[in-house]
Amino acid sequence: MGFENFGTVSFTAEAKVSDFVTYLEQGKVMTTRCKNCGAKYFPPQMDCPRCLGTEAEWFELKEKGKLITYTTVQYGPSGFEDDAPYTLVIVDFADGLRTFGRLSRDIKESDIIIGMELKAAPVKQANDRISYEFQKA
Amino acid sequence: MDEDVAIIGVGQSVFARKCGVSVRELCFQAYKEAMEGLDITRDDIDASITCSAPEYDKQRTPSGLISEYLELTPKPAFYVESVCSSSSTGVRIAWSLIRSGLHKVIAVIGFQKMSELTSREAAERMGRGGDIIWESPFGVTMPAGYAMYARAHMAKYGTTEEQLARVRVKNSSYGARNPKANYRKELSLDDVMNSNVITSPLKMFDCCANCDGSSTVIVARGDIAKRVSKTPIWVVGLGAATDTMTMSGRKSLTGLECSQEAGKQAYEMAGLKPEDIDVAEVHDCFTVSEILAYEDLGFAKPGEGPGLIDDKETYVDGRIPVNVDGGLLSKGHPIGATGGSQIRTIVRQLRGEATEAQVKGAEVGLVHNVGGVGQYGNVTILRR
Repeated sequence: MGFENFGTVSFTAEAKVSDFVTYLEQGKVMTTRCKNCGAKYFPPQMDCPRCLGTEAEWFELKEKGKLITYTTVQYGPSGFEDDAPYTLVIVDFADGLRTFGRLSRDIKESDIIIGMELKAAPVKQANDRISYEFQKA
Repeated sequence: MDEDVAIIGVGQSVFARKCGVSVRELCFQAYKEAMEGLDITRDDIDASITCSAPEYDKQRTPSGLISEYLELTPKPAFYVESVCSSSSTGVRIAWSLIRSGLHKVIAVIGFQKMSELTSREAAERMGRGGDIIWESPFGVTMPAGYAMYARAHMAKYGTTEEQLARVRVKNSSYGARNPKANYRKELSLDDVMNSNVITSPLKMFDCCANCDGSSTVIVARGDIAKRVSKTPIWVVGLGAATDTMTMSGRKSLTGLECSQEAGKQAYEMAGLKPEDIDVAEVHDCFTVSEILAYEDLGFAKPGEGPGLIDDKETYVDGRIPVNVDGGLLSKGHPIGATGGSQIRTIVRQLRGEATEAQVKGAEVGLVHNVGGVGQYGNVTILRR
């Protein structure tokens, strides 16, 4: 399985990092570390432009992250009309690993505070689609 | 060989929600304005560079079509793209081709006919301007990207929504005087503050509108420029840089690093500092973008950009007038044409022809043009 069922609308399927989606199915949000030089990446990537390595190992984003910024989108692009409003966030994890995704709908916009602690979790969506979101830690 | 490179002609079409003409006819409007009054003909143009964002075009490979319509064949025609900063990239390439000795006079033609798409289709394409595996599946849009910068700036520096709105109030006051602007109404602070939220904290009037438009910049080798133009405007500084496509790759969310880097390069090449700039055009696709540009280009220290607009320092009689043609916010933003339109404004200012809002005695001007959400940065410094 590739990225064909990832997120609300997917645009492409194949990638060497499609295990990301398999791990989501297993309940884990994972990213990669280069096997050769140890560089950490988000989004995950098998290829390492720093040492030219092509093998990476997966590790789980399981500690708490910190909310850096957000926006609540009222008008979604094509394919997202029924999805809005939704909140997009940037969340930082240990070692400066910066991530992007959606905030859980359980958190109201008025309760969002920059710097609040969040955790990444897989989330099943309608029509067998799968994604991840950030929830209250 | 004269190593200097100058701009000898500039033009733009009226920017409008629906231009009602074909792409080639739209381009002709800007080309005509740029060529009129110059002592050259199409035979003297030895190459053309067409600039647009191809995902918005129905016509494939438009450079050949434009070259044919302007009867520039068999001269070579090139095509460049860096989304919203395409035509600034075009001018950079023209400069390089002239400096290399390969060409002498180049027409840089930018266009976009956004009305060929519905606004939803346009929004979908804008969403795909992000990383299509990792970010677009979440419904990211251009306004959302800049809204995240706005929120981070507010959190770090205490910037307010009113301060963002003041940028639109200023730009609308100049847009109202610009006969080529799409949006020509003056807006009050209340008008902006009471408009619908698009993507928090940005409201409708914090955002520029998609529209149709074209621009043309004629770039020439120095000796030719002096011969054919009464007031050649010299390209003295060029800077270009990139930042990551993914938002998660950005080191800073309170400033655009591509602007900072491009600005540094352009100032260095020109041997100038921010305080030497008499008038500037910055990429105000959103109100927050103009505030970020004040800081990224050194007109204000980090966090002090909002103070510039509070103190009206960026009005036409302020310390550093910015976007006194209405900016993208009033003119509209026909992606591929925008950079050329900004360059046209600065050229007219430096020639003393900007009767609608002339900065007195302007000799040095700066153009800042950004593609995507801070992905491609171009800074061009021009001198009379």
